[in-house]
Amino acid sequence: MKNIHLNIDHISMEFPTPDGPYVALRDVDLKMAQGEFVSLIGHSGCGKSTVLNVVAGLYQATRGGVVLDNKEVDEPGPERAVVFQNHSLLPWLTAYENVELAVKQVFGRARSSKTKNKAEMKEWIEYNLHLVHMDHAMHKRPDEISGGMKQRVGIARALAMEPKVLLMDEPFGALDALTRAHMQESLMEIHADLGNTVIMITHDVDEAVLLSDRIVMMTNGPAATIGEILKIDLPRPRDRVELSDNANYNHYRHEVLQFLYERQRRPGEEVVAEEASDDEAAPSLKVVKTEAA
Amino acid sequence: MKLSRTKVFTDEQYSVLIRTYIFPLIAVALFLGLWGISASQVQTSLGQLPGPTAVFQQASNLVDEHIAAREKEVSFLERQEKRNAAKLEKDPDAVVKIRPYTGKATFFDQIFTSLFTVFTGFIMASLIAIPIGIITGLSNDLYRSINPIVQLLKPISPLAWLPIVTMVVSAVYVSDDPMFDKSYLTSAFTVMLCCMWPTLINTAVGVSTVDKDLINVSKVLRLGWFTKVYKIILPSAVPMIFTGLRLSLSIGWMVLIAAEMLAQNPGLGKFVWDEFQNGSSNSLGRIMVAVIAIGIVGYMLDRGMLMLQKKVSWDKSVVLR
Ligand SMILES: Nc1ncnc2c1ncn2[C@@H]1O[C@H](COP(=O)(O)OP(=O)(O)O)[C@@H](O)[C@H]1O
Ligand SMILES: [Mg+2]
Repeated sequence: MKNIHLNIDHISMEFPTPDGPYVALRDVDLKMAQGEFVSLIGHSGCGKSTVLNVVAGLYQATRGGVVLDNKEVDEPGPERAVVFQNHSLLPWLTAYENVELAVKQVFGRARSSKTKNKAEMKEWIEYNLHLVHMDHAMHKRPDEISGGMKQRVGIARALAMEPKVLLMDEPFGALDALTRAHMQESLMEIHADLGNTVIMITHDVDEAVLLSDRIVMMTNGPAATIGEILKIDLPRPRDRVELSDNANYNHYRHEVLQFLYERQRRPGEEVVAEEASDDEAAPSLKVVKTEAA
Repeated sequence: MKLSRTKVFTDEQYSVLIRTYIFPLIAVALFLGLWGISASQVQTSLGQLPGPTAVFQQASNLVDEHIAAREKEVSFLERQEKRNAAKLEKDPDAVVKIRPYTGKATFFDQIFTSLFTVFTGFIMASLIAIPIGIITGLSNDLYRSINPIVQLLKPISPLAWLPIVTMVVSAVYVSDDPMFDKSYLTSAFTVMLCCMWPTLINTAVGVSTVDKDLINVSKVLRLGWFTKVYKIILPSAVPMIFTGLRLSLSIGWMVLIAAEMLAQNPGLGKFVWDEFQNGSSNSLGRIMVAVIAIGIVGYMLDRGMLMLQKKVSWDKSVVLR
């Protein structure tokens, strides 16, 4: 890759536990270009959130590291905004105030070039809530709005930080199918408009294929790593109805399903992955599929 | 349509009405009946144990006494004013004496004295417990250091504190022109010592158990320490702090009555004790009125705190009762 924007460089993660260290990740390596949309998919408990938390700076990798625009990531920061799985809005603040907290923090200080005055901040908060179609419920508190709306506000808060990288941990996992479809549409629009670099964790194969430029499939833990990377070469803008009888689309879906339900079916079966990651010289089993047949 | 309009309530409303009002009323009636019957079986040295009617009689006596005392006070002040005016008319340079009315405190005066004292103790306790709770909640090490002391002091009975507090107040609070009565301070400090623990512990727990995701939000935003405490930790601890305050106030009220009784400090407790010592045939009835008043005031204090708690609590999913 010519322009590496985000470099997840051979990270390993061990958690100390009462029964000794638990190796959650071993040698996860991924390079991303500016504006790329990558999905992380894998069985639950394999370590997807751990990868995301390391990129966010919330965890420090035991080995390896993350480099963003040639600068090593060593602490959390607003340029790597996180959309948490359960929205994580402050329940005592309205949607507007939740976004405001982030905006004030990022643009309120006398920081070079990125300062906004009061009116500009207000406009920016409203603009971001508008992006996620939350204009009508801006002044409601989280307990007064639905799960989908909370997730929208969470996304608006993350976008409002003007992040270089947007990190999303199963952002739509708790939503019903219809709301989820709406949210996916909004996310595609926003990504087309703003061109953020995105890493999204998902459980949903259709969602991964619909949204991503690449799908990163993770092997089961312990010592989870990247099993395969699938490049999704579908033209944008993508339309879910049209795609449903696109041969390539169905091929990609099949690839992911096959990985998840045949090759990584049960924890403990990943002999291949273990071998590969033990071999430091050849750190991958990463098969980059470029063309669909 | 016409039929249903003539009906005042729908069936649904009737059943709600019955559940919310009629059932409790039946329970109260049963309770009063049982009380009346069992009281008539007990003969004490002060006569028969009073039943509901006797107690009601004493309650209205206490109201009459209060009204009479107020009238006496008004006429006393009027007389004094007239006397002074007359004096001044004769000699404009005369020194007039204005004395406050010093009648015996009525039952209702005692209630207000008790309320005032309990709030003094409660507010002092809160002013100490909330800041300490916040600081200990923020630091695990501090929490671990302070916890044994708190756990040790928490279960101490107000009756055990009272002699110490009395001695300390007498020793420390020496003034020729005291602003407060010593008895008032003794009661208030005893209340404070006994009721600060629930607030302290709940505040510390509330502050230390902030949702991990919210802490992560503050990390991603790179909030400074002060902003983090002020914008995230304190608001999220508010429901717990109020739970503590509510517990503290009800403990404070119980403690106060005991303190007033034992230390002869003015208030409802002293009223009960005086009547007990007095030992007239009315005494038991008057004591029961006081007991009921203590219950009602305690209940209202708790309801008041509950309303406040509901108002400030952002966590509407918790059913508060
Ligand atoms: N802070 C932690 N301490 C100990 N073990 C952890 C911690 N965080 C995650 N793990 C373990 O690491 C593994 C991967 O977790 P996670 O990244 O949350 O999985 P996923 O998001 O893919 O479901 C799990 O087995 C989990 O138990
Ligand atoms: Mg997860």
